[in-house]
Amino acid sequence: MKNITTLFTAICITLISFAQDDVYPTQPYNGKLYITNGTVHVGNGQVIENATIEVNNGKIIQVGQNIAIDQNHSKLIDAKGKQVYPGLILAETNLGLQEIANGVRGSNDYQELGDLNPNIRSIVAYNTDSKIIGTLRANGILLASVTPQGGSISGSSSVVQTDAWNWEDAAYKVDGAIHLNMPSFINIPNRFAMYFGLPQDPSDPVKQALEKVDQLKSFFRQANAYLEEPTHQQTNLKFEAVRGLFDKKQKLFVHANQVKQMLVAIDFVKEFGFDVVIVGGSESFLIADLLKQNHIAVILEQMHELPATVDDDFDQPYKTPSQLQKAGVLFAINDSHEESRFRNLMFEAGTAAAYGLTKEEALEAITLNAAKVLGIDDRTGSIEVGKDANIIISEGDILDMRSSIISNAIIQGREVSLQNKQTQLYERYMHKYGLK
Amino acid sequence: MRNLLSAASRKWASLVLLFLITHPTFAQPSFPINGVADPRTGTYAFTHATIVKDGQATLSDATLLISEGKIIAVDNHTTIPKGAVVVDCSGKYIYPSFIDIYSDYGIPIPERQRGGFDYRAPAQFNSNTKGAYGWNQAIKPETNGSKIFSVDDSKAKPLRDIGFGSVLTHQKDGIARGTGVFVSLADDKENLVVIKEKASAHYSFSKGTSTQSYPSSLMGVIALLRQTYLDAQWYKSKPNKEGVNISLQSWLENQNLPQIFEANDKWNDLRADRIGKEFGVQYIIKAGGNEYQRIEDIAATKDAYILSLNYPLAMDLEDPNDARFVSLAVMKHWELAPTNPASFEKAGIPFCLTTADLKDPKQFIPNLRKAFDYGLSEARAFDALTKTPATLLGVYDKVGSLDPGKLANFLITNGPIFNEKTVILQNWVQGKKYGVNEEEWNNIKGTYSLTLNTTSGPTTYTLNVKSANSASLISKDTLTSKFNYDGKMVKMSFSPTTVKKSIPHDSTAHAPSEKRKPGSDTKTGPYILLSGVANGSTWSGTGEDTLGNPLTWVANFVKAAAPAIDSEKKKMVLTLGKVLYPFSGYGWEELPKQETILIKNATVWTNEQEGRLANTDVLVKNGKIAQIGKNLSEPSAKTIDGTGKSLTAGIIDEHSHIAAASINEGGQSVTSEVRIADNLNPEDPNIYRQLAGGVTSSHILHGSANTIGGQTQLIKLRWGQDDEGIKFKNWDPFIKFALGENVKRTTSQNNNRFPDTRMGVDQVLVDAFTRAKDYENEWAKAEANNKKKGAKRMVVRRDLELDALVEILNKKRFITCHSYVQSEITDLIRVADRFGFKVNTFTHILEGYKVADKMKEHGSSASTFSDWWAYKMEVQDAIAYNATIMQKVGLNVCINSDDAEQARRLNQEAAKSVKYGGMSEEDAWKMVTLNPAKALHVSDRVGSIKVGKDADLVLWSDNPLSIYAKPLVTMVDGTIYFDTQKDLDHRKYISEERNRLVQKMLSEKKSGGPTRPASPSFQILLGCGDHERHNGLITLELNDDNLIEK
Repeated sequence: MKNITTLFTAICITLISFAQDDVYPTQPYNGKLYITNGTVHVGNGQVIENATIEVNNGKIIQVGQNIAIDQNHSKLIDAKGKQVYPGLILAETNLGLQEIANGVRGSNDYQELGDLNPNIRSIVAYNTDSKIIGTLRANGILLASVTPQGGSISGSSSVVQTDAWNWEDAAYKVDGAIHLNMPSFINIPNRFAMYFGLPQDPSDPVKQALEKVDQLKSFFRQANAYLEEPTHQQTNLKFEAVRGLFDKKQKLFVHANQVKQMLVAIDFVKEFGFDVVIVGGSESFLIADLLKQNHIAVILEQMHELPATVDDDFDQPYKTPSQLQKAGVLFAINDSHEESRFRNLMFEAGTAAAYGLTKEEALEAITLNAAKVLGIDDRTGSIEVGKDANIIISEGDILDMRSSIISNAIIQGREVSLQNKQTQLYERYMHKYGLK
Repeated sequence: MRNLLSAASRKWASLVLLFLITHPTFAQPSFPINGVADPRTGTYAFTHATIVKDGQATLSDATLLISEGKIIAVDNHTTIPKGAVVVDCSGKYIYPSFIDIYSDYGIPIPERQRGGFDYRAPAQFNSNTKGAYGWNQAIKPETNGSKIFSVDDSKAKPLRDIGFGSVLTHQKDGIARGTGVFVSLADDKENLVVIKEKASAHYSFSKGTSTQSYPSSLMGVIALLRQTYLDAQWYKSKPNKEGVNISLQSWLENQNLPQIFEANDKWNDLRADRIGKEFGVQYIIKAGGNEYQRIEDIAATKDAYILSLNYPLAMDLEDPNDARFVSLAVMKHWELAPTNPASFEKAGIPFCLTTADLKDPKQFIPNLRKAFDYGLSEARAFDALTKTPATLLGVYDKVGSLDPGKLANFLITNGPIFNEKTVILQNWVQGKKYGVNEEEWNNIKGTYSLTLNTTSGPTTYTLNVKSANSASLISKDTLTSKFNYDGKMVKMSFSPTTVKKSIPHDSTAHAPSEKRKPGSDTKTGPYILLSGVANGSTWSGTGEDTLGNPLTWVANFVKAAAPAIDSEKKKMVLTLGKVLYPFSGYGWEELPKQETILIKNATVWTNEQEGRLANTDVLVKNGKIAQIGKNLSEPSAKTIDGTGKSLTAGIIDEHSHIAAASINEGGQSVTSEVRIADNLNPEDPNIYRQLAGGVTSSHILHGSANTIGGQTQLIKLRWGQDDEGIKFKNWDPFIKFALGENVKRTTSQNNNRFPDTRMGVDQVLVDAFTRAKDYENEWAKAEANNKKKGAKRMVVRRDLELDALVEILNKKRFITCHSYVQSEITDLIRVADRFGFKVNTFTHILEGYKVADKMKEHGSSASTFSDWWAYKMEVQDAIAYNATIMQKVGLNVCINSDDAEQARRLNQEAAKSVKYGGMSEEDAWKMVTLNPAKALHVSDRVGSIKVGKDADLVLWSDNPLSIYAKPLVTMVDGTIYFDTQKDLDHRKYISEERNRLVQKMLSEKKSGGPTRPASPSFQILLGCGDHERHNGLITLELNDDNLIEK
């Protein structure tokens, strides 16, 4: 019998190793959970040594030292010598919408046809079985804001948690932001034209951009008027889709890198009173004080980037966060790297720490600040009483490659699997070569 | 000399002259005449002129005698023959007219494909040109300018108006462009205008209107030119298999002509020169205007150059957000471009000047004057427009100076040619006059007495003529008048009364002769209209008075205007920035020098058996690591405190695409003939940025557009050196191969280039090496045969593509192969086994972990990404543990960038293997230093800290694998190219210099100078074909294979 059990176990393990589809989402856990003896990085700048976190029914109910542990019906994770952090939040991503980037059109669900698509909702296409999700979870990224792309208004993004059976299961905050792509105010030269000595596009980019901005404003003005009517003869789905912006239940995420694009975004705040967040923000360091004055938050889309101009300091993208921090701008750091597929979020923050942020500020930029920007800071983003128990435990400093090794990840109180396609292929081939 | 001639010989000379004039050739032209014959000799004597014969000789009060379109005599004593029209040129200057050596005057511009270029269109493998021509549509040496040339006076006139009399014209299309025809700018039959039918052969790096896929890159163009030189040699043997090839035939015929290469850029000049040197050709190079940035390199080519005077305009930088996008290099070039001709003169480089590239030829003279302001001498400019081009083209016996026997191509001016106030009066081409500013022939400025004879009797006014277009009329008051004099006719209108009232906006009551802007003047009334003829100092004609009654009029010259006192031209004080090496904000005024350096008390990561040495000193001398130990001292050394810091060998990036002008030649599936080395760009700002990330060597690879790509180049990041100076010297040559999705054009909707599957990739490889073997055998056979006495010589076509493959077979060239999935990796190993060579390195190799044992057995190195995956189908199984598994199996594993940004953080990429799979720190570090050195066969010189190795070192602020680590000092060969202080100096310089130049452009705009809208400077990032990044503001990240027809 024992032999049979062993054999059965072996078969199970083999199966698990062979098929990543057997990485299961964890069943809900409503009991108590304690994380003890760890160094807790709260996410708001505070660090508590040798702390205990008490979780009940998925919520954090106590954090601190000298917390008594209820031995009945509870789980306990000893984090001695380890670092405890809030779950990391990816503030802008096409996760679950784009599985295989290049050459496989069928795997792409991130960009719809048309220019004004406020009614497009990313959440309905979010694929919880994407193989990429598991690699993020294994690195401590527990929440992600899944965002559609393309057009002038791409649609609405939703925040998902990364351990789910289906998109309804995954939904953490639905349709929290509408995404607007600001037109470019500079002409990007056409390389083909250059190569073949053909004349470049003579059009005036500023004029074209302003015309586009005018169209966008006109859309929102008409939407506003429409929404003030109590009833409509004909329903306009696009107008209906932006109601939350006027009610302040949604934010307007403006994708903009150039100063002029961001100035137009500020103008949007003034005219419509929207909650505006800049996504991109390469040049945000140039207008940090204006952003602060207008209460505009920034998602720095990609830290590991070349300087925008030839003459910029070589480390400009790396030090932009510290410049925003100094000016008091609320900002989140993001990872939109299409080849490593967003799993280096903590290292993007680590680079910011190397170039001027404190480690806790860098952490905040990928936890609490991201939660604030996404409007979910009442529920997550820090290890504070009353919030969801979205917590990760790392062997060491999570911002540094050598020690950023996640041992546990907890989403809403349940400990989730750190296995994924990559860990399983690793095991499979270590097995092939008889390696340990 | 002439003055010393004896009276007798003068007489003799006159006789010869008479003979020449009275005995022209009597042959009748073949063209029939519709009407009555009107033969003329066109004999003219221009007397009392100052004649500038050439740059050396000027005669005053001399006579120029021309007849039958040619110069008969130029001297002080010519007997003017009867039958000559005498033109008194007192006070006038006569010059040989200018020559433009780089024109397409009268040559049709070939039409481009309509609808623009579509890179997704199917590939075109063969030339579309009909006829027995060569295989490549861009090689068209058979184009003969004289066969497509037609006289076009609308284009000739603007050139004549600025002093040109003859041009070398050719069709500016294609890589080999055929022959140029030397023509005069006369408005005559083509037969008479053509001076030399085949005067030059032309080349360029641009394939122009060719629709053929190959070449799709600069290095492909270079390879194609080199191969064509070889093919032409081979064609001399009349190979049966080639049949008739008109292109190669023409290529051979053209070799005796002056060879002109349009390079258009300082680096391209050098590239062209190298092709020339390889095949024994001294090109005349059409320059780009930025040569002053590398004038020593340019001088070393010993070529002659053609310079255009097309300076960039100032940009409108009033908006600081626009200004921000304009790079310092662009602003500096704006400031320094007018120094280009002067820097050629100073460096003693022969050059000609051309109007090419100017939007309007009218810009030529003002721009030339600007060149004078910036240091060019007038004498040199004059030569550059006359003698130099004529000599280079071998037509100095016909044009370029005023000597008997030459064409009567000359200019008559009213002063020294380059003076600001001087105008060209007449431009004579082949003995025929073309008026330019004839109205200035007579100086009409002065006072005239104007008498109007009307029915009511004469009225007299004083006419004060200021210029051909301006005069004022005085009676009691100064009257509003319009005046125009064109050298022959005079027109004038004025209002004799002064009416002070505003004009109604739509007044048509008086139907004034000209449209006036409402309210534009207050003194007006009905007009008197005059028109007449100028005959010397007396002008007369007819007119109408204010009531429309006819009148006659006479104006008599009274006295000349006092000569305008030339306000002494302000000597321009030039405040110019300095040339930087490289020409970038981060460049140097003076290149950094090798130093003796002692790094004290650092943690030294040796990568050798000693491992990490704490508190250790390293001495660098003569570019090498001289000593490693404790308490070293060297009084002459610059000491750097390494306390608390880490010293490592510089990072070596096995897979990079920086520092090259093109990366992918995707025109064919096998392009082993192309070489990255042919198109290095030592001014890529990413060199500097990567130094700041601790990189000291990069292996610049061809892209992945095709199965057998191009030859690679290992460089050292010697920021500031030229394209030769950045090469890693004496290394084993490598070549890039690629497998999988990119080479089968997966993202193309309609690929027609073989292969389309991995099955086809296998056959591309097998076929290529089979051909290479056969080729090698053929050469061996021919060589053996040709040693035998009396044997008929065997000639084998030298094939640059197969040469490189034969080198692989003979283990003289080594492969680094882009590869992903296990099937293709195994297949290439088996192909290599079959042909008896090794695959040196598999790069990317994201499924290497699946076949690490096979790679180990074969003996390959692996160079991979740390954690890239899922960006296309073939990387779905890529895992971040790949490096660790391969390393555990025993492979030599490297971590590479393939990305200009990631290359700045390769230390972090290496550190990820500590996270994924628990590699030791020292092993992880070797993956970006010693292991790539081994993979590249240069570990005897770089990759570790060992006495005798190159001093390519980095001092880090922290453990180099830490995310918090920053390079403080990066040196290559003991020369510090980056350190934090130097970087701060660069930043300060950039900020100050940018500000200075923005201000300068603003003041240019305020002072009314021409400006153009601010246009963003952009960075082109070339990629392998695998990935694109898009977050940068104005970064163009493009894969070259997008440029080829997929």
